[in-house]
Amino acid sequence: MSVQSEAGRQATAAPTASSAPIDAPAIELRGISKAFGPVQANKDISITVKKGTVHGIIGENGAGKSTLMSILYGFYKADAGTIHIKGQEVQIADSQAAISAGIGMVFQHFKLVENFTVLENVILGAEDGGLLKPSLAKARTLLKQLSDEYQLSVDPDALIEDLSVGHQQRVEILKALYRQADILILDEPTGVLTPAEADHLFRILEGLKEQGKTIILITHKLREIMEITDTVSVMRRGEMTATVQTADTTPEDLAELMVGRKVLLHVEKKPATPGAQILEIENLRVVDEQGVERVKGIDLHVRAGEILGICGVAGNGQTELLEVLGGYQTGTGTIRLNGQEIDLTGKNSDGQSRRARGISHVPEDRHDEGLILNFQAWENMVFGYHHAPEYQKNRFLMDNAAIKAMTQESMTKFDVRPPNPKLEAKSFSGGNQQKIVLAREIERNPDLLLIGQPTRGVDIGAIEFIHQQIVHLRDAGKAILLVSVELDEILSLSDRIAVMFDGKIMGERLPSETNEGELGLMMAGIAEEKSREAGQ
Amino acid sequence: MDYLTIIQILDSTVRLATPLLLTCLAGLFSERAGVVDIGLEGKLLAAAFLAGAAASVTGSIWIGLLAGVAGSLAFSMIHGLASITFKGDQLISGVALNFLAAGLTVVVGQSWFKLGGRTPSLPTEARFGEWNLPFSDALADVPFIGPLYHELISGHTALTYMALLAVPLSWWVLYRTRFGLRLRAVGENPSAVDTAGVSVVRLRFAALVIAGVLCGMAGTYLASLAAGFVKDMSAGRGYIALAALIFAKWRPWYALSATMLFGLLEAIGNRYQSITMGDFTIPVQFMQALPYILTVIILAGFVGKAIPPRAGGTPYVKER
Repeated sequence: MSVQSEAGRQATAAPTASSAPIDAPAIELRGISKAFGPVQANKDISITVKKGTVHGIIGENGAGKSTLMSILYGFYKADAGTIHIKGQEVQIADSQAAISAGIGMVFQHFKLVENFTVLENVILGAEDGGLLKPSLAKARTLLKQLSDEYQLSVDPDALIEDLSVGHQQRVEILKALYRQADILILDEPTGVLTPAEADHLFRILEGLKEQGKTIILITHKLREIMEITDTVSVMRRGEMTATVQTADTTPEDLAELMVGRKVLLHVEKKPATPGAQILEIENLRVVDEQGVERVKGIDLHVRAGEILGICGVAGNGQTELLEVLGGYQTGTGTIRLNGQEIDLTGKNSDGQSRRARGISHVPEDRHDEGLILNFQAWENMVFGYHHAPEYQKNRFLMDNAAIKAMTQESMTKFDVRPPNPKLEAKSFSGGNQQKIVLAREIERNPDLLLIGQPTRGVDIGAIEFIHQQIVHLRDAGKAILLVSVELDEILSLSDRIAVMFDGKIMGERLPSETNEGELGLMMAGIAEEKSREAGQ
Repeated sequence: MDYLTIIQILDSTVRLATPLLLTCLAGLFSERAGVVDIGLEGKLLAAAFLAGAAASVTGSIWIGLLAGVAGSLAFSMIHGLASITFKGDQLISGVALNFLAAGLTVVVGQSWFKLGGRTPSLPTEARFGEWNLPFSDALADVPFIGPLYHELISGHTALTYMALLAVPLSWWVLYRTRFGLRLRAVGENPSAVDTAGVSVVRLRFAALVIAGVLCGMAGTYLASLAAGFVKDMSAGRGYIALAALIFAKWRPWYALSATMLFGLLEAIGNRYQSITMGDFTIPVQFMQALPYILTVIILAGFVGKAIPPRAGGTPYVKER
C-alpha cells in the first residue's frame, strides 16, 4: 500500500518532486498570517515538521490552532506566507488541493455521513468512476490491507451511526489513508475517547509513524503531548511562542508557555469534611423518549462539604442522571434532598421547583442548556431565578436595573472578561461563558450543585479558576455532584468517585486509592472485581 | 362494484397520480440534496401556464413541454440562488415562489390572452395523445386480461410512461452512481462532502435542475390533461406531493406507492361524487375533500417514523 501510494503521489501532486532534496521536511509553513477584520488569528507562523515524526501543536482555545489548520486544509487563504510540502511550494485553495497535496485531516467533529456504511464514507469524493460498484469493491480490498497494516479494523459494511466513537475515528483515519495522505492532521482526537480507545489510537499513530507518515496532533491535553509527540509547538494569541523537542520539556513549562504565566496544574484542596446527608438516590431509573432505559437503578448519596465525581464515557446515563436531578427528565425511584423526598414526575418536578428546593445546575452543554447565546449576559444571568422577588419591580415589570447591577457584581467576582453585562453571551469565550453559568448557579447559594462537564472547551487559565470555585463551594459546606468525561478532572477534584457504565454504577472509589487504569477499565464495563486486580 | 369499474378507477388513479409522481420525485431529488422544496407547487403552476401558453400558440404540446420545463427550471434556479448561493431561508424562498407563480400566471395570462387568466383551450392535436401499446386493440375483447391491458396498462400519455420509468431510474441514480452517493451525502452531512473536496453548491444546484425538469413535466401534464391552463390549476398538488414524499420516506419506490395511493383517493373522490346512505346524502364537497382529509390522517397516523435528510432546510456555511 505504502509503495503504491508513494508512486501515485509523485505522479499527481508533485511532478517536480525529483528535484526536491531527499530530506526535505514533510511540511513547512513560512510566515503564515491571517486576520479576520481587526483580529489577527495567525501572526507570522513558521513550523517545520520532519517526515516520519509526530508534531504536537498546543495552545488555548482561540490561540489560532484551528485557523492554522483551516489554512492547511484549504478552508481559508492565508494573507501572507507560503506552504511547502516535501520542499515544494504548494497553493492550497480548497480541500481538494489539500487532499492531492497528501494532507489528510481528522476533524474534532467527524465529517461522516451517519447513515452511510463505512465503505460509502471512505469512497465519498474519491470514487473511481461514475458507477459505485467498482469503487466499492476496490475500497473493500484496500481497507482490508490498511486494517491489517495499522490495527485499524472496522467492519466495512457497518453503518456509521452504529459504530462507537472510537471506531468512527478509525473510519476518518481510513478515509485519509485511502486518499493516500502522507501527512495526517488530528484535531483534538482524544476528546471523545475512553482512555483505552485513546491508547489504541496512539498505537495506531505509532504504526503510521513507523510507515513514514507524518502526524500533526492538535490538542490541549499536555499529557498526550508528552506521551506521543517528538516535537511540540506552542501557540498563544495567534503567535507561535515556542517549538521544542518534547523530551526536553515538562508539562509545567508548556502550560506556562500556553498561558503566559505560571499555572497550577493540580487542584489545591484540603481534605473534605463531609457533613450531613444532602442527596440520597435510591433505585433511580430513567427511560428516554425512544423507550430505551438509560439509567438502570442506581443508588448514590452526596454529603455536605463533599464532591462526588461521576466518571464514564459520554452516553452511559450520566446526562440523564443530571437531567432528572435538574428537573427536565422524568424518572422512577426515590430521590431525597435534606431527607425530604422530591417529586420525579408531575408539576413539582420541573426545574423551577428544583431550584426552589436548593438545587442549582450547571448543565453539560452550556450552549444548548446553560445559556441563550443571542441574549445578553444580564438576561442570561437571571434565567431560572427570574421569579425571585428581588428582581420584580411590580406585578408586571421586572427590575432590569437590579438584574444588571447583580450581573455586574457577579461578573467582577467570577472574573468574567470583558465584564460587560450588555454583551451577548455568544461573544464571550468558552471559559467566560462557563463562568457566567457558574456565577449564576453558585451565587444562589444552593445546598446541592449539579455540575456537568465544567471545563469542556475551556482554557487552561479558566479551568484553574473554575476548579477553585467548585472547591470553595465545597469548603462552604455544600454538596456537589460532578459529572465529567475528563478523568484528570474527576481524579483531582472529587472526594469520592463513582463510575457509570451502561446506566449502572460500576463501583465507587476514593481518588487516593485508584488510578486512571482502574477507572478506565471500569468505564469500559469490565467487572469491578477484575478491574480491581488489574488496577493494582 | 364490478371488474370493469375497478379497472376504470385504477386507470383514473394512474392518470391522477402521474403529476404527483413526477412532482414527488422532483421533491425527492431536491430534499435528498438538503434543499427543502416547498416551492414545488409554484413550479408546477408556472410550468402548467407556460406549457399551456406555448402549446396554444404553437399548436405543439412538445414545444409546450419545453416551455414548461424552462419555466419550472427558472423557478428552481431562483430558489437555488436565494437558498444555496445567498444562504437564505429555504422555506421563505419556496413560499415566495409559490406566491409569485400564483400571481404571475394569472396577470401574464390575462394580458396575453384576455381570457381572465386562462390560456385558450388546447385542441386534441396540441395535447398529449394516448399511446396504445402493441396488440391493445386486438386484446381488448379477451376476458379479464383484455380490459386490464387495454384500459389500465395501455392508453396513457407519453409522460405517464416516462414518470413510471423515472422511478427505477431515480433509484438507480441515487443508489448506484457516484452522483447519487454524493447527492445523498450532501443532504445528510454537507461538511463531509465539502471536506472530501466536492462542491456542495454544485451538487445542490444539480439536484435543483433535476427537480426543475421533473416539475416542468408534471406541470405540462396538467395543462395537457385539462386542455389548457386555468388559474390555480395545480390545486395543492405540489403540497400533496410533499406529503407523499414524507409518506414515502424520501425513497423512489415508496414514492411510487405513495403517489398511487393519493391518486386512488382522488379517483374514488371523483367517481363517487354523491353517495346516498338511506335518507342522508353525502355532499359532493365532502367527497372532493376526502383525498385531502385522508392525507392529513395518513400523515398524522400512519407514516411511522420518517427521518428526513438530516441537513434538510439548512444552508451550508463552512465552519472555521
